[in-house]
Amino acid sequence: MNEDIMIKIENVSFEYSSFIDESIQLAVKDLSLDVIRGEFLVVLGHNGSGKSTLAKMINGLIMPSKGEIFVNGLNTRDEDKIWDIRSTAGMVFQNPDNQIVATIVEEDVAFGPENLGIPQRELRKRVDDALETVEMTEYKNHAPHLLSGGQKQRVAIAGILAMEPDCIIFDEPTAMLDPVGRLEVMDTIKKLNKEKGKTIILITHFMDEAVEADRVMVLNEGEAVMLGTPKEIFRQVERLKELGLDVPQVTELVFELNNEGYTFRDDVLSVEELVNLL
Amino acid sequence: MLKDITIGQYFPGTSIIHKLDPRVKIVVVAMFIASLFFVTSFWPYVLIVAFIGTIISVAKLPLKFIIKGLKPLMFIILITFAINLFLTKGEVLLELGPLTITKEGLRQSVFMALRLVFLITGTSLLTLTTSPIALTDGIERLLSPFKKIGLPAHELAMMMTIALRFIPTLLEETDKIMKAQMARGADFESGNILNRAKNLVPLLVPLFINAFRRADELATAMEARCYRGGDGRTRLNELKFRSRDYVVLASMVVFFGLIISTRYLVS
Ligand SMILES: Nc1ncnc2c1ncn2[C@@H]1O[C@H](COP(=O)(O)OP(=O)(O)O)[C@@H](O)[C@H]1O
Ligand SMILES: [Mg+2]
Repeated sequence: MNEDIMIKIENVSFEYSSFIDESIQLAVKDLSLDVIRGEFLVVLGHNGSGKSTLAKMINGLIMPSKGEIFVNGLNTRDEDKIWDIRSTAGMVFQNPDNQIVATIVEEDVAFGPENLGIPQRELRKRVDDALETVEMTEYKNHAPHLLSGGQKQRVAIAGILAMEPDCIIFDEPTAMLDPVGRLEVMDTIKKLNKEKGKTIILITHFMDEAVEADRVMVLNEGEAVMLGTPKEIFRQVERLKELGLDVPQVTELVFELNNEGYTFRDDVLSVEELVNLL
Repeated sequence: MLKDITIGQYFPGTSIIHKLDPRVKIVVVAMFIASLFFVTSFWPYVLIVAFIGTIISVAKLPLKFIIKGLKPLMFIILITFAINLFLTKGEVLLELGPLTITKEGLRQSVFMALRLVFLITGTSLLTLTTSPIALTDGIERLLSPFKKIGLPAHELAMMMTIALRFIPTLLEETDKIMKAQMARGADFESGNILNRAKNLVPLLVPLFINAFRRADELATAMEARCYRGGDGRTRLNELKFRSRDYVVLASMVVFFGLIISTRYLVS
């Protein structure tokens, strides 16, 4: 298997039976994707498009109905390797309140590696390093419920980092945060990718968070309908709107201006780029 | 409102009492409780008071904290006092209509009320000087020998930790829902008991639904963090006996041994 592939998803489907008529529904349909080591992949899609289902399959929390997923070459169906898979591809969830286990910040960060049976001295080092990376060292003896949303989410990230994963999957980590908390968490995620070389899969429905990704995948009704660089994806403003998604504000502005007869390039994503054009 | 409730209130500090191994403190409190039930005369209470007083002053606990802890239980203390005062038979001191106070009743009621006060104060000294996490760790380690006969020591401790972790979150949520319902005209404070109970329904239903959703999400998150029960788990802050723990434990065994023996010495 190719060394550069962190996660290999091969023709994966996930079936569930509908509550209403017991018919078989597909949350994910015949999806294939290679996530490259060190890349920053963003997954977009409106509510119910199968994003969380996909994330849980990668983490081995649920099994695909069809197809295979390999994390670092390990098949998620291999029960003996499930702990390796979960500590290689860690997962951060949406609600920070519902993923913090302990009553003290550092105890919570230690929870994952404690489960892995890491010896105490190394455990201490991992916890301190992880808190340092997310810049929460000064809060290590605080009670989590007294922290802000952004701080809680960074503690949750530290808890995953302490397992020393190569890849981290974020399932809408900023959806419940205020704008300040969103920025804190996004800065942390970018830092993990750029400085620590972690492979990142970020699920979000904030388009602005997708701008700095290496690649963007758009899910619709469980199918991967678009895959490409942010520039390739966001220039297709009308297609995205059909899929019930927005585009970054700057792109939207350029799109409207072009409709009015201007002829700007259609792949402008950030304010700086727009300023340079003008 | 509800946030003011402090459960298992811990009074942080750096005294030797705070630093003692939680297992030592739990065992000492158990001996303390046992000895209270062995004492049959008043004078060993002097030793008990001295014990409580020493801990309060060494741990630098404010007295008002201790007294606050007694208040919610005042009712039980008073009932105990009254029952013993009026229902003990013996040499009559005073007759108030149908009620009689005897000499033995007077002695017994004071004795029992003091026992209750000591019981509550002594146990609260444990929670005041021990952080919840240390307390659950201590309980887990003390119970672990009983794992062989099927006692789920780790699971019990994990449940306690999670409960302690979520109490503030759930209280906050109750507060939020209450305020939202009050803004829509709900009334939780007036009316008879039946009405009040009825008014609680729109509060409890969303609270329960949310609690189940939270439990489900937490379980998934714990699994994603490789949780698979207590076997093979290491701990960041492993409990370790130090020399002070041995010294304190040994002297407390002697001390409470002495108190217990008073029952048999003076008779
Ligand atoms: N086990 C299941 N039972 C019922 N419905 C499910 C189940 N798993 C997934 N679904 C449905 O599949 C769809 C995709 O869900 P999800 O992956 O959570 O979407 P997203 O995270 O993109 O919002 C939703 O319509 C959801 O209701
Ligand atoms: Mg989702």
